[in-house]
Amino acid sequence: MNITATLIGQSIAFFLFVWFCMKFVWPPIMKALDQRKKTIADGLAAAEKGRHELELGHKKALETIKKAKGDAAEVIALAEKRAAEIADEAKQQAKAEAERIVTAARADIEQEVNRAREHLRAAVAELAVTGAARILEKEVDAKAHAKLLDAVVKQL
Amino acid sequence: MSGETLTSSEYITHHLQNLTFGRGADGAWGLAHSAQEARDMGFWSFNLDSLGISVLLGLLFLLLFRWVAKRATAGIPGGAQNFVEWIVEFIDGAVKGSFTSRNPLVAPLALTIFVWVFLMNLMDLFAIDHGPKLAESAGLHFFKLVPSTDPNVTFGLALSVFALVLFYSVKVKGIGGFLAELTLQPFQAKSLAMKIVFLPVNLFLETVNLVAKPISLSLRLFGNMYAGEMIFILIAVMYGAGLVLGSFAGLLHLGWAIFHILIITLQAFIFMTLTIVYLDMAHAEHH
Repeated sequence: MNITATLIGQSIAFFLFVWFCMKFVWPPIMKALDQRKKTIADGLAAAEKGRHELELGHKKALETIKKAKGDAAEVIALAEKRAAEIADEAKQQAKAEAERIVTAARADIEQEVNRAREHLRAAVAELAVTGAARILEKEVDAKAHAKLLDAVVKQL
Repeated sequence: MSGETLTSSEYITHHLQNLTFGRGADGAWGLAHSAQEARDMGFWSFNLDSLGISVLLGLLFLLLFRWVAKRATAGIPGGAQNFVEWIVEFIDGAVKGSFTSRNPLVAPLALTIFVWVFLMNLMDLFAIDHGPKLAESAGLHFFKLVPSTDPNVTFGLALSVFALVLFYSVKVKGIGGFLAELTLQPFQAKSLAMKIVFLPVNLFLETVNLVAKPISLSLRLFGNMYAGEMIFILIAVMYGAGLVLGSFAGLLHLGWAIFHILIITLQAFIFMTLTIVYLDMAHAEHH
């Protein structure tokens, strides 16, 4: 219980321990702690950055989709317009073709009619000649009376 | 304890006696065989048990922490590293909270004090008879297992801290600044004459203030641990006093031991905190 030189020994041991702790124990542990702190901080910053980028990408994707939708609508509208135009054109062409065919048919018919008229004329002239010959009881010389006959035919 | 029955007071004094090594009455160095002999050895004697156990515990602490520090990684820490980091961060937080200047010594100092004092206090939880019994089998008369119940140990620590306080006071403020702090406050004066009048009063108050630091620091730890040890010894005496008292002593022992876990941690923490505060005051320009 009395104060002795133990005190001195204790002080020496104390200073040695503190020195050792300061030199070899504290710095490496604090270094590890600081490094881990830094690693965690970096990781958190990277995560924050990633989240930000993700948000940005999301926004960009939405924009792209919106733009694509607009483009598609435009294309569809254009195509519809074009289709209507093509249909119109086709209709026009068909109409023209039909008119052309009708005109040709009409011309044909006219021709047929004219030809039939010619035939009829010839037939009537022959009939008239034949009738006249029967009336005169003699052969009418067709050649001699060609001028007369033609005049008759023309009157028909 | 060596076979013959002891009275209670003999048992108690035996448990409170350190294993002292010094120069005996015949002039030869050797171990003291009684408390009287130990007293007669005077200042130049050594309490081998206090020194041995405290140095052993200090080495245990340093080796464990050094072992961890060498393997410390910034990656995922293992169990031992986790434990050590927990303590280190706790100390670091306490130092950052109380110590306002910059000094790379203070945090390791606080760590050493806290863990070392805690380990020394922890020896109190070993059954008090084991230390002396073990020492007896080795042929030693006395053995105190708890270094912090030896005033030499607590004074040794407190005086070392005091030396650091003085050293840093002078280093930071200069001898003039340190002396001014001792003589020009708490009573302050504008004129030189009044300063001289106040000087002896201030010097007296500040000196008391300064000297009280290491004394209160060491006596607080010593008193708490000594009283705790004493109660353990008294409880141990009760064990020999019949079945009823003996079983009651068992209950008391358990209760006191559990309560003591709190005390030993608290005392280590207080010693560390006060050390930090004293050093902070040594670094501060005014207090």
